[in-house]
Amino acid sequence: MSFDVPDDLRYRESHEWIDPETGRVGISEFAQDELGDVVFVELPNEGDAVSAGAEFGVVESIKAVSDLYAPASGDVVAVNEALFDAPELVNDDPFGDGWMIELDVDEGDLDDLLSADEYADQIA
Amino acid sequence: MTLRNPPLREVHAERDAKFTEFGGWDMPVEFDSIRAEHAAVRESAGVFDVSHMGEIEVAGPDAVTLLNRLTTNDVTALSPGDAQYAAITREDGVMLDDTVVYRLPDEEWTAEDAGARDGHEVPAYLFIPNAGHDAEMHERWVDHRDEWDLDCEVRNVTEEWAMFAVQGPDAPDLVADAVDDGGPDVRDLSRFAATFAPFAGADCWVARTGYTGEDGFEVLCPWSDAEAVWALFADDATPCGLGARDTLRIEEGFLLSGQDFDPEDEPRTPYEADIGFAVDLDTEFVGRDALAAQAEAGVEETFVGIELLDRGVPRHGYDVTNEDGHVVGAVTSGTMSPSLGTPIALGYLPVDLTDPGTEVNVVVRGREKRAKVVSVPFE
Repeated sequence: MSFDVPDDLRYRESHEWIDPETGRVGISEFAQDELGDVVFVELPNEGDAVSAGAEFGVVESIKAVSDLYAPASGDVVAVNEALFDAPELVNDDPFGDGWMIELDVDEGDLDDLLSADEYADQIA
Repeated sequence: MTLRNPPLREVHAERDAKFTEFGGWDMPVEFDSIRAEHAAVRESAGVFDVSHMGEIEVAGPDAVTLLNRLTTNDVTALSPGDAQYAAITREDGVMLDDTVVYRLPDEEWTAEDAGARDGHEVPAYLFIPNAGHDAEMHERWVDHRDEWDLDCEVRNVTEEWAMFAVQGPDAPDLVADAVDDGGPDVRDLSRFAATFAPFAGADCWVARTGYTGEDGFEVLCPWSDAEAVWALFADDATPCGLGARDTLRIEEGFLLSGQDFDPEDEPRTPYEADIGFAVDLDTEFVGRDALAAQAEAGVEETFVGIELLDRGVPRHGYDVTNEDGHVVGAVTSGTMSPSLGTPIALGYLPVDLTDPGTEVNVVVRGREKRAKVVSVPFE
């Protein structure tokens, strides 16, 4: 089975993605498939600061609990509150409506992250 | 440690099932989506490979005596083709496992009979220990047979029988249609009744039992015929993994051996676990005196359902607190209920907190989530 890995995003080995344009963060299609049906998401509040590599939230499927790690440091400028009532968006559209938080980051801070090709190799 | 493989491990892998270790077996946890599999069982039909469940055959003149002394229920009540739920307790009344005991037909089987049925004495019984308990229960039965000088055979036939559970409102018609021409109409079986019936040419033991709260059957078939028999069900019923089996049984408030009770980690008696209906104190079984004393004195804690009012997912081991924030118990099983869309849990609480509606909290990652005690099945 092969998974979508959009070219315009950067990735952590722990399967989070960040969009360098918007600062939006989510988990990959591969990650949501591994988790199975997502039933709960715990996210920081708007205005909280997160640090690159530190936990910023939790995603839970029926069978597993998984910590979420920030791809970059920055302030949380938006939270996808739609996930509180519809966590299944993470399964249905992990790179779109299933986004989790939006960070205010400098693009230069993303250099340590994986490119789409590198991440695709990791999950192959 | 090497995992034990069910006979259809590769067949499931070809369907892209995800696997998990359970009781020492490498079992499918999810074929497509736990939520979709769960819904199929509630609304139409699902089929589970539960070949990790144990099978121990006990046959011969003293079989009933041995079973009656090692299980909490009254095995003498079983006629051929009857099934009975029971606990297996140690001297202090703590449950080692729970099981279903089947009485097999009263016929002198010969080696000419096919598959796993060959050559045992009568009366004959088959009981089903939970996954990973088969070797321990076989040893327990053999040791006690020898100690009490009883005359019966005890055989661990776990790897002779595959087991499939076909569950859901459409299961009766589906299983009846799968029986070979000339076989019995299994829809005539009442709840907890069983019979031999031919499926794909194989002699299978089919029982109107299950672990989902839905109508349906459990079909034991010879290991060597597992693929042909599975194929009879797998097109019309949704293949389901252990993930859906867990969410279905939690919604019903059914116990999971090794998790909701365990002699080491969660020592509980049948009365605490709220399965007193499976205890017959008029029989002489190991643990009977301790349970008679507890029946007299009453239990201090009992097994209840808990529904969360706040968002969060209760999981095994999470603390339960009372209104003052004191820890009063722990979650033994929990999930987000796929049918209800609410977080639900099972666990033991002091009896003064077990009335439905009692307010408690479940501690999720250090934060108290409001919850209330409810009766099971959850609804």
